[in-house]
Amino acid sequence: MPHKPPTKEELERRKIVGIRDEIITDVTSTDFPGHYPGESHVWDIEEFRQGVRVEFHQNDPLEASFSLIGVDASIANAFRRIMIADIPTLAIETVFINNNTSVIQDEVLAHRLGLIPFQGGHEGLHKFLKWWRKPTDESEVNSSYYDFNTVSLRLEVACTHNDQAAPGETDPTKLYKHAHVYARDIEFCPVGRQDRYFSGADAIAPVNPDILIAKLRPGQEINLSMHMHKGVGSDHAKFSPVATASYRLLPTIDITRPILGADAAKFAKCFPPGVIGLQKVTRTEAAQTGSGYEGHEGEVRAVVEDPMRDTVSRECLRHPEFKDKVKLGRKRDHFIYLVESTGQWHSDAIFLESVTHLKKRAMDLEKQVINMVR
Amino acid sequence: MPRATKFTKEEPSDAGSDVAMDEAPTSHQPESRDDMSIDPNENEEVEEDEVEEEEETQRVRLLPGSTPTAASFEFLNEGHTLGNALRYIIMKNPDVEFCAYAIPHPSEAKMNVRIQTFEGTTAIQALEKGLRDIQDLCDVVTDKFIDSREKFAAGISA
Repeated sequence: MPHKPPTKEELERRKIVGIRDEIITDVTSTDFPGHYPGESHVWDIEEFRQGVRVEFHQNDPLEASFSLIGVDASIANAFRRIMIADIPTLAIETVFINNNTSVIQDEVLAHRLGLIPFQGGHEGLHKFLKWWRKPTDESEVNSSYYDFNTVSLRLEVACTHNDQAAPGETDPTKLYKHAHVYARDIEFCPVGRQDRYFSGADAIAPVNPDILIAKLRPGQEINLSMHMHKGVGSDHAKFSPVATASYRLLPTIDITRPILGADAAKFAKCFPPGVIGLQKVTRTEAAQTGSGYEGHEGEVRAVVEDPMRDTVSRECLRHPEFKDKVKLGRKRDHFIYLVESTGQWHSDAIFLESVTHLKKRAMDLEKQVINMVR
Repeated sequence: MPRATKFTKEEPSDAGSDVAMDEAPTSHQPESRDDMSIDPNENEEVEEDEVEEEEETQRVRLLPGSTPTAASFEFLNEGHTLGNALRYIIMKNPDVEFCAYAIPHPSEAKMNVRIQTFEGTTAIQALEKGLRDIQDLCDVVTDKFIDSREKFAAGISA
């Protein structure tokens, strides 16, 4: 029997992961050579170029949301993992405590400082600054710090009584000076060429100046210096450029038989607002035999407006009146990414960097494989 | 440790490693501002590239028991990120009969890839093609992403 090429509908149907009340179906992708008799499914870069699409939903410096359509989960997941764990950022790595008489212990304070996200001039952060590697020989550590691999910071705060405080004042922030130590109290100490890259608005500074680091009382002080280095999220979460980088698959809602009248309103309430709309059945629809709308002209019916807003709660599958009238699913190759930057990178640049990073990894390994054969 | 001069010398060597209790600085140290280990004068001496460049160690190895058409490879310092992506793209090759990846133990930074091919090509060729295909894929995704971002920005400003 000669093989018939799959129809467009069939190809679309293959992309749907089925979601039923208690089970999911068709989870794994089937677009591999040899899966369907007579079909190729061979990797073809031109075919991929035709099929792949990117659609932006939001693009702010700290938050970007976009759809990557037409790639396999393994590729989409590689980008997500790289964004979280492999994109370098600058963070406080070493804290030299000269004096800490606050109630917060040295190691806890150092840990808190490390987690503060910093920002600065992008050219300096991404191009000028390089890795700092701890020398294997301990005695050479001193000569391993340069302006292009280490950023110095200082935090010097002492709490004192506020003589101007009103009598009977109980608020510690008014009663004392520097009762609260904030991220904005951290001072950047440029060295060498750092002035060129990190001055004015490009200075190294906390993204959120209002992060509370410690609370002090009169007589207590914190006096410390810090070294920042570049690192990656796989080493420590403080180096991750994202607060979250996640994706979800586009939900699909397929109303297979009409849902009308009061049922339609109830159906809409099963979903988040904006997912299901209510429309009047038109005369032409009612006149069409076999449409299921015969004799229902003027009644409201449920229509799918925006499946992207759905959370796939499956609430509609709990009600017997919608039985066999709706099919829920997700599109296996439609990834809705949400990238929340911590401030050092622009959120869209983090994704681009992850793509570049994957390419570089593949390039390096290709060299390695060629070298292995030799 | 307390002296400023000695501080400069010892401070960085403590970075990243625990300090013995008797060596640890006590509180109320005299302030020292000149303890920054970065000396601006040192910058001119070292070329940046010299520090950046370091020789690549061989990270890919053919595991014993491999034949030309059926081979296992061991990748050092790779994980699910590249493993799964590589597995997918190699499986898209029609000359490949079987491809899978595994991380034999989570506390070893090793990733194994098994490739079995049909006659006419070798597992190594399939692996090389897979790595090249990933690079092409990344180029396409980058192009599409930048295009879409420009369109989105134009749509907002318009």
